[in-house]
Amino acid sequence: MYSVQVLKKLNVLKSFIQVNSSIPRLTSRYAATASTAESSKDAKSNEASDSFVLNLFSGRVNTKQLTPFPSVLDSDQRSTLAGMVEPVDKFFQEVNNADKNDALETIEPNTLTGLAEMGAFGLQVPIEYGGLGLSNTQYARLVEVVGAYDLGVGIALGAHQSIGFKGITLYGTHEQKQKYLPDLASGKKFAAYCLTEPSSGSDAGSVQTRAVLSPCGKHYKMNGSKLWISNGGIADVMTVFAKTEVKDEATGAAKDKVTAFIVERGFGGVSSGPPEKKMGIKCSNTAALYFEDTEIPVENVLGGVGNGFKVAMNVLNNGRFGMAAALSGTMRLCIAKASEHAAGRTQFGAKISSYGAIQEKLARMAAKHYATESMAYLVSGLMDSGVAEFQAEAAISKVYGSEAAWYCADEAIQILGGMGYMRETGLERVMRDLRIFRIFEGTNDILRLFFTLLGVQYAGKQLQQLAKSPLSNPSALVSMGFRKMGLGSVASPDTGALLERLHPELKASGELLGQTAGHLGQAVQDIVVKHKKGVIERQHELNRLAEGAMHAYAMAAALSRADQSLRAGAASAEYETRLVHYLCNESADWIQYNLGQLKSNRTQTSIELSKDISKTVCDNGGVVQVNPLGL
Amino acid sequence: MAASKGLKILVGCKRVIDYAVKVRVKPDRSGVVTEGVKHSMNPFDEIAVEEAVRMKEKKLAGEAVAISVGPPQSQETLRTALAMGIDRAIHVEIPLAQLEKLQPIHVSKLLAKVCESEKPDLVILGKQAIDDDCNQTGQMLAALLDWPQATFASKIEPSQTIDVSVPAVVTSDLRLNEPRYATLPNIMKAKKKPLAKMSPDQLGVDLQPRQEVISVEDPPVRKAGAKVESVEDLVGKLREKGLVK
Repeated sequence: MYSVQVLKKLNVLKSFIQVNSSIPRLTSRYAATASTAESSKDAKSNEASDSFVLNLFSGRVNTKQLTPFPSVLDSDQRSTLAGMVEPVDKFFQEVNNADKNDALETIEPNTLTGLAEMGAFGLQVPIEYGGLGLSNTQYARLVEVVGAYDLGVGIALGAHQSIGFKGITLYGTHEQKQKYLPDLASGKKFAAYCLTEPSSGSDAGSVQTRAVLSPCGKHYKMNGSKLWISNGGIADVMTVFAKTEVKDEATGAAKDKVTAFIVERGFGGVSSGPPEKKMGIKCSNTAALYFEDTEIPVENVLGGVGNGFKVAMNVLNNGRFGMAAALSGTMRLCIAKASEHAAGRTQFGAKISSYGAIQEKLARMAAKHYATESMAYLVSGLMDSGVAEFQAEAAISKVYGSEAAWYCADEAIQILGGMGYMRETGLERVMRDLRIFRIFEGTNDILRLFFTLLGVQYAGKQLQQLAKSPLSNPSALVSMGFRKMGLGSVASPDTGALLERLHPELKASGELLGQTAGHLGQAVQDIVVKHKKGVIERQHELNRLAEGAMHAYAMAAALSRADQSLRAGAASAEYETRLVHYLCNESADWIQYNLGQLKSNRTQTSIELSKDISKTVCDNGGVVQVNPLGL
Repeated sequence: MAASKGLKILVGCKRVIDYAVKVRVKPDRSGVVTEGVKHSMNPFDEIAVEEAVRMKEKKLAGEAVAISVGPPQSQETLRTALAMGIDRAIHVEIPLAQLEKLQPIHVSKLLAKVCESEKPDLVILGKQAIDDDCNQTGQMLAALLDWPQATFASKIEPSQTIDVSVPAVVTSDLRLNEPRYATLPNIMKAKKKPLAKMSPDQLGVDLQPRQEVISVEDPPVRKAGAKVESVEDLVGKLREKGLVK
């Protein structure tokens, strides 16, 4: 018994060490579309993190960055924001015409002018450079309004300021900021974020656009092309990522690293293709960009030569919370339309809102919206509080939010029946606009693997730390519970701190979250022990862990927010408590299903079968069988 | 009034339930539900504010001051006015307890008191508020001040033959102008504009209610009508209903 326990724990440790050596390479590959600079730094640092999501993978519930729900607006910021919401809402109701924009496949000129006058193009640009200097949380609230009315305009605005020139705000020198920000904030010039290429999407480290330093050392010459760039056809100021040759400090050898550049269309050699015809967000310009011997002064290097990857990832990470906020607005609208219809429509002698099938849809929509909204403001609040490590949480909010929004739009159309399918109802356009949100800014598929591997890596790091401590001899390991090893487990879910902080009304759901964390921690251990290094390639399994972490974070964010409402005595607190109860039950079921699959032989067989089927279909260029008639 | 300086304009703004909201009667029938409901500036007052700002832009007016009589939240309404281009604002704060019993007679007395100290040349008010539809404050104010009044104005301009001599009270109608949007940069700037607070006691106005609301009800459900073929049928039906002898 004694030696089996020791072996078990040593095995876990060993497995994690093996896995951890491979993860940094992989996470930085995935980080291409996902995260922050610091990921590679963190891979080396052994510091404990207070990130809720990372700790989940160790089976722990760390409440430091969860509850109390961040309250980051001082009274002045709050009143400023309050004064801004209505004008923006009014503008989108009365001036912006989303259907017209969609039909014309461009934003109407007077709307564009109005948006510029509104100050909508420089919401987060510091005041000294001509912007409104809004915090992330303030920005989130305004973007929520835009999301409800017109996602196409939302993307045009977001591509411009959330990522287009965010690099300048985050990494620019004072001279660069002074030169470029004022015109960008006023909407005089548009910006674009140029990373994607025909052969380089998720695998962003493989960009082929190249910038070569001139012999005189005063400028770079850029050649290459970019694909599907939002605002690509209208931008004058572009953040372009290209390969540059750098000298390795240690060895002196030359190697290729990505560098970020601020490129002006006026530099010459810059041309853009025609607007791409898309499924949705039609009024947002999407175009290819071509650089032919474009000359860029060295002063326009952004964030340092060779640091482009870091810049790229950080910019995306920094803007990600905005998506969840915008999508919350979209969902709010979908649910309003769906519920209004359900409450008014009579069939078979009763309002359809009285039927179970409809009730389930509406409840699910409401729960998913609540979770997304809670996550959006939790992440923006953490960012405004100065927390540096939020990449896992931001990634989850993007994946969860985009899928929740798709569900809400889809079911809203279903509830409205034929009417939902008609253009005049406004939902089909929303559905078309929403599809891209699961694809761009880091496909949901990559992000799932990304935050999961980050979590697995973190769990491993914690173990390694313990292994290094003088206490790490077999007998000591045994006498420590799994929890002390840094891993929660089914046997010992870690809920103490959480239950202490949560309002008593939320206790049951809080316990459910704790148990879920324990299950997840256990599942992580089991899978690492089983596959060791190979776990990195086990996407079937990683995706199930991802579902676990994602829905657990949804539960947590919702609990924290409901706690805030209860303590503040909000009028909706009772409704929120019931909603959170529902959300936690449903989420816990789903998590249990996914984690259960990891232990199932049948699922294992299915996974092997799916690999084989997939290969056959690809080899065949489609399904293999002829129809049942054989003809 | 020295023409070079321009007129001093006082504009009234009322915070009302937003026009798009579906108003619901409170279960106890004492009034309508206001808590948690979206409020905004009375649309006719927006037109009044816009007119004042335009007169400033045309150099006809030198200073535009906004005033609101209402609860603490009326400050937001005043901030919107400031963001549209008003120079400074005055808030006469009414405690929530007295708010429901506030009538145009009280408001006009308060405004009259403020006019005594501010001495505006022109007072522009919305012709009526969309919550009570009273259409009284402008007229009462003019009477209290003994100033000429021009109500339901669809155009305001100076002319050789002065139809209404200043100081005067004007109430604005729908087609007077199209109000501008408060832009976000202007909202930021509005924070720095002065907003003074006053209380009814300071102004020496008594807010005793002159009316009592007995009950508030939803409008009756519309009953179907009936079509008639001829005048004789019509007269016959009217006699049947006892509406005609």
